[in-house]
Amino acid sequence: MTVAPDGWLTYDVARQERVGFFTDTSICIGCKACEVACKEWNAIPEDGRDWTGYSYDNTVQLDANSWRHVAFVEQEKPVRADGDGGTSLRWLMESDVCKHCTHAACLDVCPTGALFRTEFGTVVVQQDVCNGCGYCVSACPFGVLDKRHLAPAPDLPAFAKEDGRVWKCTLCYDRLKGGHEPACAKACPTESIQFGPLDELRERADARLAKLEAEGADGAQLYGRDPEDGVGGFGAFFLLLDDPEVYGLPPDPVVTTRDLPEMWTNMLAAAGALVVGVAAAFVGGRS
Amino acid sequence: MTERGLRSYYGRPVLKEPTWTWEVPTYFFTGGLAGASSVLSTSARLAGNERLARTALYVGAAADLVSPALLVSDLGRPERFHHMLRVFKVTSPMNVGSWVLLVSGGASITAAVLERAGRLKPLEVLAETVATLAGPPLTTYTGVLVADTAVPVWHEARRELPWIFGASAAASAGAAASVFLRPEDARPARRLAVAGVLAEGALMQLMELRLGTTGEVYRQGAAGKFSWAAKGLATAGAALLARRAGRSRTALALGGALVCAGEMCLRWAVFKAGAQSARDPKYVVEPQRERVEQRLARSRGGT
Repeated sequence: MTVAPDGWLTYDVARQERVGFFTDTSICIGCKACEVACKEWNAIPEDGRDWTGYSYDNTVQLDANSWRHVAFVEQEKPVRADGDGGTSLRWLMESDVCKHCTHAACLDVCPTGALFRTEFGTVVVQQDVCNGCGYCVSACPFGVLDKRHLAPAPDLPAFAKEDGRVWKCTLCYDRLKGGHEPACAKACPTESIQFGPLDELRERADARLAKLEAEGADGAQLYGRDPEDGVGGFGAFFLLLDDPEVYGLPPDPVVTTRDLPEMWTNMLAAAGALVVGVAAAFVGGRS
Repeated sequence: MTERGLRSYYGRPVLKEPTWTWEVPTYFFTGGLAGASSVLSTSARLAGNERLARTALYVGAAADLVSPALLVSDLGRPERFHHMLRVFKVTSPMNVGSWVLLVSGGASITAAVLERAGRLKPLEVLAETVATLAGPPLTTYTGVLVADTAVPVWHEARRELPWIFGASAAASAGAAASVFLRPEDARPARRLAVAGVLAEGALMQLMELRLGTTGEVYRQGAAGKFSWAAKGLATAGAALLARRAGRSRTALALGGALVCAGEMCLRWAVFKAGAQSARDPKYVVEPQRERVEQRLARSRGGT
């Protein structure tokens, strides 16, 4: 085992270049080809069809059965920068996905080791290990992971009433192993979803943001590109046209385990206090 | 909060609500009871109060027997519970807790069985010692378990939660032993229960104060109701234990039962507060947006 630049203990010679997604929402057309390709390639079961009224979004969120989710935001915006000409509709679309964090809380808290860091630097759940404890669900600052409550898969025992395991984007681990790009990126008709080595994607994103800003785009920003942010940067980051919360994303996510050493110390102090407290109950005369 | 007000995606939650079901808050109570009872039992033995020692030992063993069953039942794949023990992982409080519960539970149940059988005294002493060492972390790690999440009302209370859970566990152990004892043997148990209730009440106040807006879920919905019930039941029980239980066995048993009920409600209040906090995007977005704005202001000030 060796330590990778990102601080990961990892795979010596088997280690591959870190790959990820750059999702450029400025050229997303909301076709949902990514959602469909993801569902098909990964054989994700159907999980109901609800009409939400949230613009064109009937998928609603990332969860155990949706690993790509296209968000649709409708905004009234001034037509011209100088305010003349009144307002008109701006339609924002963003294909959301697991962020494959550099410091991934889900991976840290997983008590079984079902979640692991692959040789590509991505974060994947091993379905033959996950016991559905749900800890990763509460640890993820983006609400990406969720338990699958649908009918059990064929590889589960006969008494199982529901699948009960946690599922999320694998960045198409199987396709990566075979030298292919993930299904969503392959299917994206506008290259809004770009797959590649993370360093290269970051350079491309910087250039794209600079171009948009030169053209006068207001509010365009890279989300998750900064390796110094609260999760050490995303393996799958975004160019957004408005603040993250507008798309349902947390503006300043922090990996919860950053504070864990302090929490353990505090817990031991409290445990010590309990012993002192119990002992004190025996001290003193009879009342 | 920015001048624009809260912005969100159709008011949808940013986080997923915890998937944990009723077994988990119930386990927070039984696990705490088990851990603190082991310590109470050994302390009583050292102080020469054999009746209290035995009662606390049996109460602890019973709670240690129920606890793993609750945890296994909560899993999406219960038959894979042993996957918890295929690794040892300090970054996962749930993994560490599984090991602590295994050691503490195994030891306290062994000690109780040997006590009942009246055999192998040296092994019983060894088992009791192990249970006493593993007991205290068993009572407080659950505070870290919930704090080590993205749920705002849990993570932001990471300094207080292990102490609150420890105090609640102490109160539960004293109160549960009181239920089965005669007044003349119960004095340390009563004192422990009353002190635990007082400490936990003060700590809860401190936590809500420090949490500010994030802590308002403790006054709303199901968390508010459980919080209110916890205070009422525990206070009533503690008053009975302090004032009447010195002579009356009925008051002793009733006071103990009330405190136990209060402690169970406390665990449920914390549990429900987490779900409510995760459900509302404002608890996630507002503090984070504030941090971003502060950083922006600082960087602007610096240039």
